Amino acid sequence: MKLIFEHSIHGKACDILPSSDVPAVELPAKFARSSALNLPEVAEIDVSRHYTALSKRAHGVNCGFYPLGSCTMKYNPRIDEQIAALPQFTEIHPLAPREYTRGCDEAIALCKSLLCEITGMDAMTLQPAAGAHGEFMGLLLIKSYHTERKDFRRTKIIVPDSAHGTNPASAAMCGFTTVSIPSAPDGCVDIEALKSALSDEVAGLMLTNPNTVGLFDKQIIEITRLVHEAGGLVYYDGANLNAIMGVVRPGDMGFDVVHLNLHKTFATPHGGGGPGSGPVGCKAFLAPYLPDSVVRNPETKLQIRSFYGNFLVVIKALCYILTLGAEGIREAAQNAVLNANYLMHLLKDSFTPAYDTVCMHEFVLTLEDFKHETGVSALDVAKTMIDFGIHPPTMYFPLIVHEALMLEPTETESKETLEEAAKVLKRIYAMAHSEPETLKSAPHNAPIGRPDEVLAARQPVLKYGFENDR
Amino acid sequence: MLYYAKSHEWVSVEADGTATIGVSEYAQKELGDLVFVNLPLVGDSLVSGEVFADVESVKAVSDVYSPATGEVVEINEALLDNPALINESALEAWFVRIENAVIGDDLMTQEEYDEYLSTL
Repeated sequence: MKLIFEHSIHGKACDILPSSDVPAVELPAKFARSSALNLPEVAEIDVSRHYTALSKRAHGVNCGFYPLGSCTMKYNPRIDEQIAALPQFTEIHPLAPREYTRGCDEAIALCKSLLCEITGMDAMTLQPAAGAHGEFMGLLLIKSYHTERKDFRRTKIIVPDSAHGTNPASAAMCGFTTVSIPSAPDGCVDIEALKSALSDEVAGLMLTNPNTVGLFDKQIIEITRLVHEAGGLVYYDGANLNAIMGVVRPGDMGFDVVHLNLHKTFATPHGGGGPGSGPVGCKAFLAPYLPDSVVRNPETKLQIRSFYGNFLVVIKALCYILTLGAEGIREAAQNAVLNANYLMHLLKDSFTPAYDTVCMHEFVLTLEDFKHETGVSALDVAKTMIDFGIHPPTMYFPLIVHEALMLEPTETESKETLEEAAKVLKRIYAMAHSEPETLKSAPHNAPIGRPDEVLAARQPVLKYGFENDR
Repeated sequence: MLYYAKSHEWVSVEADGTATIGVSEYAQKELGDLVFVNLPLVGDSLVSGEVFADVESVKAVSDVYSPATGEVVEINEALLDNPALINESALEAWFVRIENAVIGDDLMTQEEYDEYLSTL
C-alpha cells in the first residue's frame, strides 16, 4: 500500500480554507524556514480515499469484538464525541478573558468533583496528558510529601511483580528505587512479602485493584494499613477502575493518590496514539502539592502541562458520567464484571484460567499445558483470532503467568457476542489439536501475515525519507 | 566445572582458563519464547555481576548478567539467527566464550542451584 507521501503530485492541492479574519503579518526573516515544508501535495479525494483504505485494513472496536485486557478498549457512546465537538468547547482559547470561559471553567470544576466522588479523593488535577504522565505526577506528590517533612530516607517504592510495566518505570523517572515483591499463589499481594519489604526507607506502594490478573485483592484494607503504619503512602493505578467505578472507591480502600485514564474508562477512544488524559486525585493533605496552570493560578508551585491538560477529553468524560448517572456508572462496572465471568465460564472446559475463581472485569488464561500438548503458543492463538474477525487479547502479560492470554470483554458486549466469541475460541482450541500448522502460520485472511515484530521495534522507520532532508 | 548465579546464568569453566556463559533452563522457561539476542563483541571485557547481553522474549526484554570476569574471544553467532536455540537447550546454547575467566563470588553448584530454585 502506498504512503500518503507517495500519492503526492506536484501542483495538486486541497486548499478550501476560510479567509483569514485577522490581519496578515510579515514574519521576521530569522523565524522563516530555510527549506521547503514537506507536505504531501494531494487533493481532498486522495486524502479521503487514502485514510478510508487505511481504516479498512485496521480492526477497531467499531468493526468487531475487541477483548483487549488491562487496557479497557471499550466502545464509547457517540454522544460524548458530539458534545465535545460543540464549538463552545472547541473554539475557546485558554487565554480568553474569564467572562468568556465561565462555561468551560464550570465544566472543569464539575468533572473534577465527579471524579473525586467516584474515586473517594478530596482534590483532583486534570493536567496530566495520559496514564504514565499521571503516574509520574502522583509519585511527585508522594515525593513532595516526604521531602516537605524532611524525611529524606524514603527512596523506595514497592511494586508487586504483577504490576503494569509503567509503575516501576514511573518510579524510576521520579528518582525512586523500585522494590518488587512476589505475588502470593492466588495472584494477590503476599502480605508477608509486603511486611518484609516495608521499612522507614519506603516512600510508598503502587497497586492496582483489581490487579492485573483481574482479581480484587480482598486484603486491601490490611495492605494500605500496613503501608501507612510504616510511614509510606499508597498509590492507586487507575487502569482497572472500569471494574469498580460506582461500587467501591480507592479512597475508601485507604489509597492516598489515584490516577485515572479518562481514555480507558471514561469515553475517549484509545489506542490511536492519543490524546489521552490522566487526572490525578489525592486526599486533602496532599492537595497543596497538586499542579495547576500558572496563568490561571499564580500561586501554584508546579505546572506539568499547558493550561488544563487535554480539555476535550475531560469534556467527553464529563458527558459520559452525566449521561450514565450514578446508577449507570455502577451498572457499567457490574456488566463489565458479569461479561468477563460469563466468557471465562464458557471457555473453562477447554482453555485453563490462570486463577480459577470469580474474576473482575478481565481474566487470564494460561496456555502453558496447551502449548506442551499441541506446540501452539498463545501468540499463535491470538494471531488465529484475527482470521475470525476478533482483535487479539493482551498476550504474555502479566509476566507471572506463562503463555498468558488476558481477555476483557467490557460492559457493552451482548450475551450473543460473548457466546459467538467463545464458539470461535473453542474452534481454535480444536484446530490446535487437528491442524496446528494452520495456527502457527496465522493470520491467513488479514492484509498482512506476521511482520518481523523484533525488527519493527528495534529499527523502526518512523519518518518518510524526503529528497531534501536526506 | 559448571556454576550458576542467582540471576540464573551459568558459567562453565575449562582447565585452560576459558569459560562459556549462558542462561539456565529455569531462566529460558521463565522468559518464554525468545525472539532476539543482543551479544557483546569479541574483545569486550565482561565484569562479574554486570550486564553483558540482553534477550527479548515474547513477554519482555531482560538483561543478562555476567557470572564471570574475562575477555570475550568468541560469540555464539548461531543464537543471533535463531534465538529459539536457547529455549530448545539452555545449557548447550552458550552466549559467549571468555578467556582469563575469574568467576564471581556467590556462585552455586548444580546441586546448590537446584536447592535455590526449590525456594523460589
